[in-house]
Amino acid sequence: MSSNHTQTIDSQHTASLLRFMTCGSVDDGKSTLIGRLLFDTKTILADTLTQMTRTSEKRGLTAVDLSLLTDGLQAEREQGITIDVAYRYFSTGTRKYIIADAPGHEQYTRNMVTAASTANLAIILIDARKGVLTQTRRHSYLAHLVGIPHIVVAVNKMDLVNYDQAVYEKICADYLVFANEIGLAQSQISAGNDISFIPMSALNGDMLVDRLDNMPWYAGDTMIEMLEAAPSAHTEHNEPFRFPVQFVCRPHASDNPELHDFRGFMGRIESGEITVGDAVTVLPNGYQSKVKAIQIGNAQLQSATTEQSITLLLEDEIDTSRGDMIVKTSEAQAPVKQIDAFVCWLSETPMSPARTYVIRHTTRESKAKVGTIHYKVDVNTLEEQATTDLKMNDIARITFKLAQPLMVDSYNSNRATGAFIVIDESSNNTVGAGMII
Amino acid sequence: MTTKQENPRQPLSHLDWLESEAIYILREVAGQCSNPVLLFSGGKDSLCILRLAEKAFRPGRFPFPLMHIDTGHNYKEVIDFRDQRAAELGERLIVRNVEDSMKRGTVVLKSADESRNKHQSVTLLEAIEEFGFDCCIGGARRDEEKARAKERIMSFRDEFGQWDPKNQRPELWSLYNARSHKGENIRAFPISNWTEMDVWQYIERENLQLPSIYFAHQRDVVMRGGSIVPVNVPLVNGEVANPVKAGEEIINMQVRFRTVGDISCTAPVISDADDVSKIVLETATSTITERGATRLDDQTSDASMEQRKKEGYF
Repeated sequence: MSSNHTQTIDSQHTASLLRFMTCGSVDDGKSTLIGRLLFDTKTILADTLTQMTRTSEKRGLTAVDLSLLTDGLQAEREQGITIDVAYRYFSTGTRKYIIADAPGHEQYTRNMVTAASTANLAIILIDARKGVLTQTRRHSYLAHLVGIPHIVVAVNKMDLVNYDQAVYEKICADYLVFANEIGLAQSQISAGNDISFIPMSALNGDMLVDRLDNMPWYAGDTMIEMLEAAPSAHTEHNEPFRFPVQFVCRPHASDNPELHDFRGFMGRIESGEITVGDAVTVLPNGYQSKVKAIQIGNAQLQSATTEQSITLLLEDEIDTSRGDMIVKTSEAQAPVKQIDAFVCWLSETPMSPARTYVIRHTTRESKAKVGTIHYKVDVNTLEEQATTDLKMNDIARITFKLAQPLMVDSYNSNRATGAFIVIDESSNNTVGAGMII
Repeated sequence: MTTKQENPRQPLSHLDWLESEAIYILREVAGQCSNPVLLFSGGKDSLCILRLAEKAFRPGRFPFPLMHIDTGHNYKEVIDFRDQRAAELGERLIVRNVEDSMKRGTVVLKSADESRNKHQSVTLLEAIEEFGFDCCIGGARRDEEKARAKERIMSFRDEFGQWDPKNQRPELWSLYNARSHKGENIRAFPISNWTEMDVWQYIERENLQLPSIYFAHQRDVVMRGGSIVPVNVPLVNGEVANPVKAGEEIINMQVRFRTVGDISCTAPVISDADDVSKIVLETATSTITERGATRLDDQTSDASMEQRKKEGYF
């Protein structure tokens, strides 16, 4: 491996950011892929490499084990496995990347769902010698379920099949058949999203950062070109304005009359845009007003967009608190007291349909009871099966009844207002993750 | 590849995105926790967090006090800067001292010159109990060390302040769960997703003031066990830390600090970067990690950070 050890600096501070995840097991060359991306972008520095070399030698290995980079915890090192999602960072100068590295085994469905929840691109690794496997189907289904807009199917280890174009094309064709079966291909395309394919050898470096000359028959983008070109926003669509209130700022500063009546609604724009003067409604109560000002710190903005953390000031004095949602009056959704959702169970303690849980949706919480468990999905065969309970890593379609109204959108149309977590109040643990249908 | 683009939005720059995420996390702490505290050392990461807190909560006051766990072995320049910054912001600063824990007998050093750095955990846990804090906001970053790469944004600690990596809450979307029962504690890390480079770029963009020892300066050092070790460092209380040992040769060198902490475990690097833009350039071309070069406490073993975190360390 070579590295020129010069990280390009983005002096304008305008580099965008892409969050992506890698799906696959160590056997697929996932760690090698990540290791090479980090190494070729100068993210692995000399002292880390020295430490990895030392540890590799101690374990009797002849070459540096790049997977040492991606296992973090003592327990994992002792057992030689990965048990938790790890986050890695690298930068190309034009873009900063956050990799969510999730273990690929079946029992870690919850980790994959966790990693997928913040990713906008997934690299699904396939071993060229093995083709589309059960785990490929599982990874694809989960990426699809959690709504990752850009999927890159990476056919790895091409060096071990003599860089044979026919092998690559067969795997792509097989994958598309299966993607059509589960509705992945159709829904990706109808949502304006995409599936791309790339042949590569992470070990050799073919088609990662450099093309090399082993696969002249492949004219598409290299991996890094795909990553650089992928849109960083979760969606390219115009979504309605959704602003869950996180915190209300009332300084009550008696020494500053200007602040005496200051009432700022603080939060992050989860989707859409807002401009001073827009007519807004505060849900669930339905109070109406207009946007008087938009601020970030001391800076006054005329308008603001998705993912910006801002402070909103309204024309009228409205009693609003954390958990309320400010929306544009023309786009207001009706609060609901029942939701139908796909739920991934995350806890070692199975779900008990008799119990009351807490659902956190945006900045709002409600007690919730299980109404109906419609079916659970076998993540390997994608079959729907009748069930009465939910164990860790199970995914099921469930209807919840809510004590408090929530302001929801379907997960497919809005990731931020379609997602929720389930909390067990006795332990305070996060025990489930839900996507509203 | 089918990509339909209707009305493509201009995405936030990576610094704007990281800033917005950090503000969001700070506000979640304020919204979910009843008695949080912001750990503030005067170091560059915590200075970034102060700026983020200003953007999150002004014109209001911060919904939490600042707190520093002082080992007594900190650079005077940093301590002075800490006090000055807290005063400028008009926010309350709590200082708790490892030396007081030593007087109480809860911290016992193996020898007089043992590093007090890891003993901060004891003093921190005592302060958490004294004030009943349910959440401590800190400046740790996932890129610093591999035990941190799996750290949550909201990290759960039990009644003994212990971090159990196998018993952490899954963290999905931006739905952070900072709930805790009495006695338990959440550690919140708003700049988890920042790298050293992001921190310096943010400092440059926001024009943040820093303690002088981050910039290149002349300093008396010795070479000890392969590291550059500052010697005869004057302390706030008038004493001198790291006295030169017999047989050591003092060299006056141009250095700066990449991390700032307890004197016993932070080593400077040779540098002529005397302003932020030069530091950004130097960070981009460095071949050694931030902690690798300068944190003497992380070099003991592969798992030393993990071990300290399990014992309640930040």
